[in-house]
Amino acid sequence: MQLSKNMRLGEAKKYVADKLGVDIQDLSDEVTMREVREDLDIATVFMGYGHASRGIEAKSNIAKLLGIEINCVERFKQKTGMVLPG
Amino acid sequence: MVTTRMGDGAIVQMSEAEIRKDIEDGIEDASRKGKCPPLTESDILHLMDIVCDKRKFVSVERGNELVLTYDSQPLKFTRLGLPIAMPQILQTYERVLMADTLEMAYVHYSAKPVRMILPEEQYAVAETLLGTVPALLYGVMPNMPLYTKPEGPFDNASELLPAGKIDEALAAQMECADALENDLLSLGRAMDTAGADGLDLDTTAAGGDAEFYGCLNAIEKLRAEFPRMNINVGMAGEFILGFHGQVKYKGERLAGMYPADQCRMVAAAGGNICGAVVNTNTNRSFPWNIARALTHCKHAAEVSPIPVHANVGMGVGGVPMQMTPPIDCVSRASTAMAEIGRLDGL
Repeated sequence: MQLSKNMRLGEAKKYVADKLGVDIQDLSDEVTMREVREDLDIATVFMGYGHASRGIEAKSNIAKLLGIEINCVERFKQKTGMVLPG
Repeated sequence: MVTTRMGDGAIVQMSEAEIRKDIEDGIEDASRKGKCPPLTESDILHLMDIVCDKRKFVSVERGNELVLTYDSQPLKFTRLGLPIAMPQILQTYERVLMADTLEMAYVHYSAKPVRMILPEEQYAVAETLLGTVPALLYGVMPNMPLYTKPEGPFDNASELLPAGKIDEALAAQMECADALENDLLSLGRAMDTAGADGLDLDTTAAGGDAEFYGCLNAIEKLRAEFPRMNINVGMAGEFILGFHGQVKYKGERLAGMYPADQCRMVAAAGGNICGAVVNTNTNRSFPWNIARALTHCKHAAEVSPIPVHANVGMGVGGVPMQMTPPIDCVSRASTAMAEIGRLDGL
């Protein structure tokens, strides 16, 4: 959020926490965030062997959750015909 | 007595009174040169607690964590003799070192040589983006002096100036700045096409005010061409060297700018994050250096319209000038930047 929206640290933490439905202090808690990331399917460092989203799949879910455009996700959508080139 | 270090990393024993004196002197130096407010008494007491803490590693209270941006992640592995390809190095940063952001970079970390290998660098970026999650920037040092003879096409101002060829020296620097700007534009276009989240310009203005001018112009044009491009601009030092001396951007002379003004100019050009740098004096103590760095960086973060990440590493941000930065100083400098400087990141 700092990079894409120029948000300052406190504002960025609150924005992400609100979007994920967690407290600000949860954002840096390994146990809580692993469960949250698994529930929202936005990848953890251990992505598992099953159906969990990884890489660009997870980034696509993150873009929707945070309401931001991610360059490679937008290009992926265009290349796969999910959206028309803008 | 408190165990701390000098700016070159040597261990020293200091009394709390000596540490307090060095902290006050460091603050005074920054405040006088940078024309910024000194740290408050409350800040000084907090910094004393951090510096004098008996534990080797010090960290922030829960809730005061920062995010980290990096410079040239692949280079760090290459430097250690680890023959691992760049995409795998970034995956290692993501999943083993828990990096908040990623930065792809070529081992010759400068804008000019990267121009020759843009397609190969695009390939590495595009491949990495498929399998990683954090924001991925492509990083280079502007390194404007590479554009001078014999490595580049333009005359060297540092040879012209001693010969009294002032006008020629000024003109040569602006030719270099134009070439640098063009290379940064080519790089930005190539990396946007590859899907990168943006660029990191690292050690910006190491070549002086004309280099800063070339970078600011490139940022302004990239911002206009790619509205969603993320641009992180790490600076080279606390003071813009006036090798040219007369260069202005948006009507303001760049030479002599300290971190607060540097961040303001980066924001005016369209950058998203500014990396504030304060260089370490190896002849002074860690308490003196961290107090000085903190005073500059806290003021920059207070007045900047964009997020500010303090550079905290080898010889910057209060950390001793060492290839293996001591964790006692790195952890203390990081904690101080987070809790006293209220930086947005490191």
